[in-house]
Amino acid sequence: MALKRYVVGCFDDEEVLFPAVKKVRNAGYKIQDVYTPFPVHGLDHALGMRETSLHTAGFIYGITGTTTALAGMGYVFTQDWPMNIGGKPNFPLPALIPITFELTVLFAAVGMVMTFCYLCQLAPFVRKHHFHPRATDDLFVMAIECTERTNVEDLKGFLQSAGAIEVDYQVAESGWWFGRYDIQPKLYAEENPVIG
Amino acid sequence: MHLKYESQIREPLVDGNKDYHQITEDIIRPIEAKPSRLWYIGFSISVALLLFGVYSVYRDVTYGIGQWNLNKTIGWGWDITNFVWWVGIGHAGTLISAILLLFRQGWRTGVNRAAEAMTIFAVMCAGQFPIFHMGRVWLAFFIFPYPNTRGPVWVNFDSPLLWDVFAISTYFTVSLLFWYAGLLPDLATVRDRAKTKFRKLMYGILSFGWTGSTKHWQRHEALSLVLAGLATPLVLSVHTIVSFDFATSVIPGWHTTIFPPYFVAGAIFSGFAMVQTLLIVVRKVLNLQEYITLGHIEAMNKVIVLTGSIVGCAYLTELFMAWYSQNEYEAYAFFYSRANIMSPYGWAYWGMMFCNVVSPQVFWFRKLRRNVTFTFFMSVIVNIGMWFERFVIIVTSIYRDYLPSSWSVYYSPTIWEIGFYLGTFGLFFTCFFLFAKYFPTIAVAEIKYVLKTSGENYKERMDKVEVQKVEEFANDYAH
Repeated sequence: MALKRYVVGCFDDEEVLFPAVKKVRNAGYKIQDVYTPFPVHGLDHALGMRETSLHTAGFIYGITGTTTALAGMGYVFTQDWPMNIGGKPNFPLPALIPITFELTVLFAAVGMVMTFCYLCQLAPFVRKHHFHPRATDDLFVMAIECTERTNVEDLKGFLQSAGAIEVDYQVAESGWWFGRYDIQPKLYAEENPVIG
Repeated sequence: MHLKYESQIREPLVDGNKDYHQITEDIIRPIEAKPSRLWYIGFSISVALLLFGVYSVYRDVTYGIGQWNLNKTIGWGWDITNFVWWVGIGHAGTLISAILLLFRQGWRTGVNRAAEAMTIFAVMCAGQFPIFHMGRVWLAFFIFPYPNTRGPVWVNFDSPLLWDVFAISTYFTVSLLFWYAGLLPDLATVRDRAKTKFRKLMYGILSFGWTGSTKHWQRHEALSLVLAGLATPLVLSVHTIVSFDFATSVIPGWHTTIFPPYFVAGAIFSGFAMVQTLLIVVRKVLNLQEYITLGHIEAMNKVIVLTGSIVGCAYLTELFMAWYSQNEYEAYAFFYSRANIMSPYGWAYWGMMFCNVVSPQVFWFRKLRRNVTFTFFMSVIVNIGMWFERFVIIVTSIYRDYLPSSWSVYYSPTIWEIGFYLGTFGLFFTCFFLFAKYFPTIAVAEIKYVLKTSGENYKERMDKVEVQKVEEFANDYAH
């Protein structure tokens, strides 16, 4: 990963944020992300994000569970160790439904949560750059990535006019790294960062 | 401009003049403050109970479960009663977080976090009983189907007892994942406010590096919705499968098709009662009356009166069927062993009837539904009643076998059976005290999400908009 330059605008109301997002995008700036303390519905569409396909992943994990359960029990009861229990059939489907259902749910849930953590890069000891400590409290923090053509001062003024209560210029690592939250990161030795 | 709208008729879910920061302050402050003396007292009592439980279990393992008063006909006594009771309690949390999410019940946001935590702890307690009931607990891993060197000898996938293993372990895992996924953003809030190094470290690890990015929230919402969809049938399946432990047997009193819905209703009934017991204390001690309002308590009391009545219906149906089937063994189980107050366990049956069917009917009155002290008292009564229900189902069905030579003497527990039960109380409350101290007891992000539609101060503002519109309308069309 690399260091990047950002202009950060903080909003204190989602009803100001939405028009601001529209203005910033219309002006041609690239919004890296908006950090919000709670899910703001419609913001993903306003930012032009595509729908997540986590549901599809969940479905695939679910049918994997169904298949595993039926195949496993079928193998045990008909191939590996068939038993005559009161003359009942060796593959009694109705009696296998509860375990099949439970494994479907288990596979889907565990798989989805792991996929979610993987996609969002969430794990213990993972650290990321936080643009504002109040982004998890009461501020909606918009981070705009600067290119070599961006005029930082202009952009700051533009954000302020769009309703930002706080604007800021930050140079930050764009990815994640292993780290702890009680130790301040010092990722690069040199003072002048390499802009990626 | 309003992004969301909610009817004015609905009660506010957040009382007082709140903004986003105030919500964070109110809910996170108890985590950052030193625990009160009451917390230390409660926690010490819980740990003491837990230690007594650990000693009882130690004795069970060392001397065998012969030190319990189980006998030839009563193979299941307090242990399985307690198991079913705890599993039942463990149903409210996921019901609140999953089913009520799908039903779009806004009031769940105030209570879901604590209820889910309660679910997880209750299922942990429940799991202890069947495990130690095995006797030789060091062979407990035999319940898992894996290729082994004993033949391989497989478990019997046809057996409801094995379905239970799968149901309960799945339920525990899914509830835990659902709960923790919801906790991540709130733990990040605690982390970002932390002043001490240790707290920064701990909550930094626990919050997995959550930033609040819009893309992450989008996935988080999708995850919550699908997990809710998966957990909804799961909740219903778990107690259904627990009821199969009884219903698939051929013992009079157990062998009934009504068991699955009847057990599920009973589970929700006792689960909500336990949520009330805990939250009424939590809202008082942590000063959260503005988030867990009287409206929340009333809503839960409505669920209690509904499920209590369903359970009552089931009891009457059972009696009807015992008569209508003209089966003498059924009749003996229901009309002698249970409903006859002069029979050895008649008192337990009528205690159950009173606590579960008669007493919740007081919640038809709005005044009593909104009375906090009375609700607390009732929630304890309901859980006593639900314990008796499981005791009645288990013991009165098996204490007299078909032959009088197989009639058992009166069954009462030994101190070690009671100790085991008390020990699970210790485990439950120790976990709950730790949770209430170190985790946000209310879902902070979810409360912020509903603030603008359901906060008292915002609702008032919305009200004014409505009134103005009506006046304009009247002026425009006045003759």
